Amino acid sequence: MDWSVVAEYYPRLIDGAWVTLQLVVLSGFIGIILAIPMALARISNKRCINQFPRLYIFFFRGTPLLIQIFLIYYGLSQFEWVKNSALWPFLREPYWCAVITLGLHTTAYIAEILRGALQAIPAGEVEACRVMGMRKFTMYRCILLPRAFGIMLPAYSNEIILMLKGSALASTITLLDLTGMARTIIARTYTPEEIYIAAGAIYLLISWMFMAFFKLLDRYFNKHRLVTV
Amino acid sequence: MTISSRERGEIFAITRGEEKYLSKINRWVKAGVLVAGVIAGSVAMAGEKIRIATEGAWAPFNFVDEKGRLAGFDVDIANALCAKMKVECEVVAQDWDGLIPSLKVRKFDAIVASMSITEERLKQVDFTERYYSGGLRFMGPKNKTFDTTREGLKGKVVGAQRGTIGGQYLEDNFSDVVTVKLYDTQEGVYLDLLAGRLDGALSDELPTWNWLSSDKGKSFEFKGEAFAKDDQIGIAVRKKDPLKQRLNQALQEILKDGTYERINQKYFPFSIY
Repeated sequence: MDWSVVAEYYPRLIDGAWVTLQLVVLSGFIGIILAIPMALARISNKRCINQFPRLYIFFFRGTPLLIQIFLIYYGLSQFEWVKNSALWPFLREPYWCAVITLGLHTTAYIAEILRGALQAIPAGEVEACRVMGMRKFTMYRCILLPRAFGIMLPAYSNEIILMLKGSALASTITLLDLTGMARTIIARTYTPEEIYIAAGAIYLLISWMFMAFFKLLDRYFNKHRLVTV
Repeated sequence: MTISSRERGEIFAITRGEEKYLSKINRWVKAGVLVAGVIAGSVAMAGEKIRIATEGAWAPFNFVDEKGRLAGFDVDIANALCAKMKVECEVVAQDWDGLIPSLKVRKFDAIVASMSITEERLKQVDFTERYYSGGLRFMGPKNKTFDTTREGLKGKVVGAQRGTIGGQYLEDNFSDVVTVKLYDTQEGVYLDLLAGRLDGALSDELPTWNWLSSDKGKSFEFKGEAFAKDDQIGIAVRKKDPLKQRLNQALQEILKDGTYERINQKYFPFSIY
């Protein structure tokens, strides 16, 4: 073991970690934004409304993330009309391909988590809203969605950690995220043990940061469950 | 309590079923012993077997043919060397960036994967004498012209495979003026050239020559002249492994008796030695 390579290359690993962090935060953001309408449509009783989210979730949960990344990065670029479209400046870049794929992928999972949380809200609370004469929109905005958010937090933080690890696949489309950077350094130094251990430690650090962040969120959204001494 | 004839039949059926089940286990155990015996026997009989790794994504030197087998110049050379050394060989595929680490932990005994002999690699492994020589050369789309100097390449996006001498040359000499994109395989580079994501690519001249003369590469061409022509491609073995001397001797023999030339002609109309 020669730890001097870690000392020599850690600035580049930090650069990679920064890209990884961006990927997770941006795709997590896209995920939660798209997942709310997706989950609401999914719990609708009308077939014409709940059919699209059903298919969407079925597709993105049922296929490997790596295949989805390849389909978007290498697949879409096979079509001339994609290359001539206004989206090409984005789809040209591996960075945006990774953000889009990870975002669409996590949307499916978050939508299912959110649906479960919405359905787990005790019926009495929904009835109470109705008795108060709330409109459906107000009911969702003020009561049900915040409640569901509190319920889904543990599962959601789990999903973010999974995305953090899933983002390593972005290295396969030339993106120099933490994994991509580690592999590039190893291709030069031939010290896989040292560099992968260092990269693993940085991943642990990032997931620890996310867990701490979600603990704070949990304290905010689930105040009612905190035991006061 | 009386048992109806129907129930009795069921009880009987269960015992019969269990019997069947037991005899099945018995059969499996016997079969297992037999298989273990055969494996042990064949290992004892096989004697020396050399495992040779290649990448399988560097046409025409090593690639997976339409039947799913490893083929190409490297694979033919490996088989010819094994025939000369009179040993049994198994050619296996391994991703490029895992080749040297896997060789060091004895997953296989030699790498015949068009690997250039470099100082950095010599710190990790030993190399035989060269079995062909190459050089680096830029390529790009025919409808775009650019000089392959630092000024000419300024602002361009240039691709190469990660961990190849082309990739490291780009990183070392051009990373401040061009965007260097590193791929897991050379095929990824070709795909992104076709997709228009890359303005150009840098890799070994010979595989590029092969791709340019294929149907897919017809709208691309070499840019500039070949350089780093002292590039020698050898077979990597573990440090101090006596296999190196045997491979070197076999290499001399296939060079002398025309086997090498025959393999060379199969892939290139000119000598690549």
